[in-house]
Order: sequence, then C-alpha cells, then structure tokens
Amino acid sequence: MTGGTRVAVWGALLALGLAAPFLFPAYLQQIATLWLFVVFALTWDLVGGQMGYNSFGNVVFVGVGMYGCAVTQIGLFYSVGAYTAARGGGTEFVFNMPQYLGGLATGVVAGGLLAVVTALVLGSLVLGMRGHYFAICTLGLGVAAGELAAGWNWIGAGSGMTAPTAPDALDVNSFYYYLCFILAVVTFFATRWLLSTRFGLAINAIRDDEDKAEAMGLPTTRLKVAAWMFSGFFLGLAGGIYGNMNRFIDPNDLAFAGSTIGVWMVLMAILGGKGTLWGPVIGAAVFQVFKELFWTYLLGWQRVALGLLIVLIVVFFPQGILGYLRERFPALFGHTIDPDPAGASEPEEARP
Amino acid sequence: MSGMLSNLQILTVAPVFNVQLIIDGLLIGAVFALAAYGMALVWGVMNIINITQGEFVVLGGYVAVEFAAHGIHPLFAVPVAAVFLYVVGWLVYRGVIFRVVDQDLFISLLATFGISILLQQLMNTVFGADVRVANAHLDSWQILGGMVTVSQVKVVSFVTCVALGLGLMWFLKASRLGQAIRATAQNARAARVLGINTDHVYATTYALNAAICGTAGALIAMAYTIHPYIGLPYTLRSFMIVIVAGLGNLGGVILSGVGLGIAENYAGFILGAQFQLAFVFLLLVAVLVVRNWCLQRQRRYLK
Repeated sequence: MTGGTRVAVWGALLALGLAAPFLFPAYLQQIATLWLFVVFALTWDLVGGQMGYNSFGNVVFVGVGMYGCAVTQIGLFYSVGAYTAARGGGTEFVFNMPQYLGGLATGVVAGGLLAVVTALVLGSLVLGMRGHYFAICTLGLGVAAGELAAGWNWIGAGSGMTAPTAPDALDVNSFYYYLCFILAVVTFFATRWLLSTRFGLAINAIRDDEDKAEAMGLPTTRLKVAAWMFSGFFLGLAGGIYGNMNRFIDPNDLAFAGSTIGVWMVLMAILGGKGTLWGPVIGAAVFQVFKELFWTYLLGWQRVALGLLIVLIVVFFPQGILGYLRERFPALFGHTIDPDPAGASEPEEARP
Repeated sequence: MSGMLSNLQILTVAPVFNVQLIIDGLLIGAVFALAAYGMALVWGVMNIINITQGEFVVLGGYVAVEFAAHGIHPLFAVPVAAVFLYVVGWLVYRGVIFRVVDQDLFISLLATFGISILLQQLMNTVFGADVRVANAHLDSWQILGGMVTVSQVKVVSFVTCVALGLGLMWFLKASRLGQAIRATAQNARAARVLGINTDHVYATTYALNAAICGTAGALIAMAYTIHPYIGLPYTLRSFMIVIVAGLGNLGGVILSGVGLGIAENYAGFILGAQFQLAFVFLLLVAVLVVRNWCLQRQRRYLK
C-alpha cells in the first residue's frame, strides 16, 4: 500500500469506529466488546505471537485489573467490606458524577498498574519455563486466581461484586463504547510503536531462537518480563473498563474466565494470524461475529460450536487469515518471490 | 486466619484426625495416579499433552451416575465406562488427534482444549449442571474407637485402581501390542521401519488412555462427586503428577499421586474446603517453578 491509501484506510476505520454509535445503535455493546477483544488479542499476540510464549493465563491481568478498578472506585468513597457485605439490599451506595468519573479514572489506572506489578512478579517466576510447560503453568495460574478470588470474602467471594452504579445523567452505553474504542486505538498504536523499536526485534529474536538471542547478549529474562508487563498493563486497563461495562464482576465466569476469555484471546490471535500486527485485530472482529452468532442462534450449544471452531481453526487453519493471504498473495505484503527457487536465500518468510 | 490456626491446633491436639486425612488422601490419590498414568502414556508415546483428560474422567463418571439412576449397581458401570470411553477416545483420535500428532505441541494443546470445551457443554446439556453422585449403597467402617471413618466404596475404588495399574503394567510389558506401544514411544520412525503400524498404535494408546480415565471417573462418581465443569482440575492434577514423577515411571506416579491426595486433604482441612482447588492449582505452579529453578542452576530449563 502506498502512503496515501494507507492514511485513507486508517481514516476510514477511525471514522467508522467513531460513528458506530450512530450507525449501529442496537449493537453498541457488542461492538464495544469487540474493541476490548482487539485489546485482548493484540496483547496476547505480543507475547504469544511475537515472542513465542503461548500463554493461557493472560486473563489473570484482566481479572486483576477488573477487581483492582472496582475496589479502588468503591474504596475511595466507601468501605469495600461494607459494600460487598450489603449485596442484595440494605444500604444504598450512591456515586455522584464527579465521584463516579474520578473514581473510574483512578480505578482504571490503578487496575492497570496492579496488573503490571502482577506481571512483574508472576513473570519473574514462570517466564523461565518454555514451550508447553509455560502454557500449562499459566493455565494453572489463571484458574488458581479465579479460585482465590472466589474464596476471598472482602471482594465478595464466589458471589462476585457489582461495579458502582453510574449516575443517571451519564449515557452509559456510548460512554463505555468510546472508552473501549479509545483503549483499542491506543493499544494498537502502542503495540505498533513497540514492535518498531529494538525491543520488538529483540522479542522476535527470542521467538526465533532464545538460546542464540541470549548468546548474542540480550537480557532475555528481563525482556520477556517487560513484554509481559506491557501486555499486562493494557489488559489491566481493559479489565477495569470491562468490569464497569458489564456491571457485575463474577470471579470465575468473567474476571478470571480461563476457559472463555482466556482461550478466546489465543483463538482470536491465531485466527487472524499469529505474529502480525493486523492479524489479531481481524481475528477479533471475525471471532466476535462468530461468537455473537453462536450465542444468539445456538444458545445452549454455543460452547459446543465454539469448541468445534477451536478444533477446526487449529487443525485446518493454523496459519490464520493473514498468514493464508500472505502465502497466496505475497506481493500484497511487499514480499518478492525469488524467481530461482534453488537459490540459497528464501524470501522473507512468515512463521506458521 | 484464626480459623486456619485453630484447624492446625485440632491436628496437634487430636492426632487421630491426621489418620483420617492420610487415609482419605491415600484412597483418592490412587485414582489421581491412575488418570495420571494414562496422561503419561499419551504424552510419552504420542508427545501430546491431553487437556481432554479431565473430561474423559467426568464422562466415565456419568456412566456410573446413569447406571445408579436406573437402579443398576454402579460397580457394574466400571467396565462399561472403560469400554464406552475406549470408543469415545478412538473416535476423538480418528476425528482430530491423528491430524495433530506430528505437529507443533501448542497446536495439539489447543486442539485438545477445544475438545474439552466441547465435551463440557455437551455433558452439561445431556446430564444437567447439577453435582451428581452414583450411590453405591456401601457402608463405612469405624476404626480407632469410631474416630476414623473409612468408607468401603473408597476402599473398593482404591483396590480397583491398584489392580488396574498392575494389569496395565503387565499389558505394556508382555503383550504384543504393549511392546509395540513401547517401541513407538522409544522411536516412532524405527518402529515404522520395523513394520509396526504406528497410526494404529497411536489410536490404541489414545483410546486406552480414555478408557483408563473412564474407569477412574466411574470410581470417582461412586466415592466422590462429579459435575460437567470439574474436568480441568483432574487434567492439571494428572499433569502435575507426571511432572513430579517423570515419564514412564509407574512407581513415581503412584507415589506422587498418593502424595498429592494427602496434601490436598490437609490443605482442604487447614485452609477450608473453598481453597482446596486453589491449593491444587497453586501447587502446580509451585512445582513447575521449583523444577525449573533446579534445572536453571545447570543452565537447563523445562521445555
């Protein structure tokens, strides 16, 4: 693509995102969720696709952000223990407009920072493992976090927590829509910037051959933890917004939902094309359409269909949409095909 | 916090509770070890980590539950569950697994994850989301002056597990098919060269693992409880046991299975039942982290 068309495409996408509340008012929440999914997929792909560390536990950061945000929002003005204890009636907890917006802003940032700290601690522990040991270890982390949250009374234990009620004057739907949209755009450009730096090259080197990268003098462990902290930060922000948008925070089904959101982010990145910038975005969009269709037309069987979709994608389509397009139309991606295939050098190759 | 301390105090003041916890842990540990043995088999032979393990266990449990619900003694369900799960495992292999056997490990991990999600909701739709148990109508013994209860059905399940483990060991050692399985595990290519149909061996191994899980599940449904979404803990327990014991080490699998059973019972008693599963998952993480640290001192890592 030339510079002009690229700007035009981006302009069109931005305009579409901004105008969506007016174009598709009925699907506002679904599109808002889509933007959050874009964040999930992009941040998963940074660690899973660009760095080669396939994690099933990134959902931990979503949950930490969600609870961190809710606890901050409430804790600024009321006692958290009293708030969770008063579930199902009793005392009313009212948040006026400045309290709500101020609490939300502080809470989302606090959730993001808490997720960064979590990523630092957990990453230093588990990022020394490789391959499927890392994958299963993070799977264990995800479900363990859910079980812990479900046993902790202060944050509502198994019955979860309700996010603060927004004041009536606030148009909640469009408000959260734009928050999600802004977060997705910021995450996209932050990831894009990060991948264009030396840091991006370094984590690609870790993916391609970690031992060699280390031998070249890269501080691999620190780089890995830093990449996980980066994705943890945006996942924490997304978690805070997601919890408030959803209003109700359930420890196992929403915050630390290892077998739903935790797997979906992996699936979205693979569906779109692992290790590419646009792949996770496309994958998230396609997946969200599938998911909404399943949940609407196959209710009761939606996870059966989803399981089938996972199997079909990983078995028959592991290279993803962008990977497939790159194989079929390499010229679109700026790759030139070597006319002499016997030549020693292969064209720049996409990883499977 | 004070609850935890007072629970600890109970254990020191009345040591007989320790006996109870250890016996219970021993009895459930054997079932864990059986499922873990199946996972080690698939892992060692096919180089696949089977996330569907837990769902196979739960599915076997539902066979026993349905038997009990129709007035047949659930003990008869144990062989039926094995045969049924053998067929299920064979179908899963023929449908999906054979396509991912020689691919990247992450692909097979995700594929079995997908199957596990599919089976979870299928079981939820067919059998309902309730916690179920297959009532075996067996009593329990009171020993040590009535302070310690030993449920007979748990003893039955323990004995069945031990017998089955021994049978499997014999099968792998002595039978032709068992030898073919071991040969494939050592070197699949050489086995193919020598005329072993490795595809058939893989199918049998995977189906055999499902049958083992089904048996374990039927026993669990009699002695404990099951529900559609309880599979993942069994998968992770099996994984943890195999990590601690190492591949192809039956003695180690039994020891670490029993050790896990006892540790889990203590954790449930001291921390409270609501933290028992969290303990299992955190123990998995801790085991992996410690194993990896030990390896890193030799400039190696878990991979």
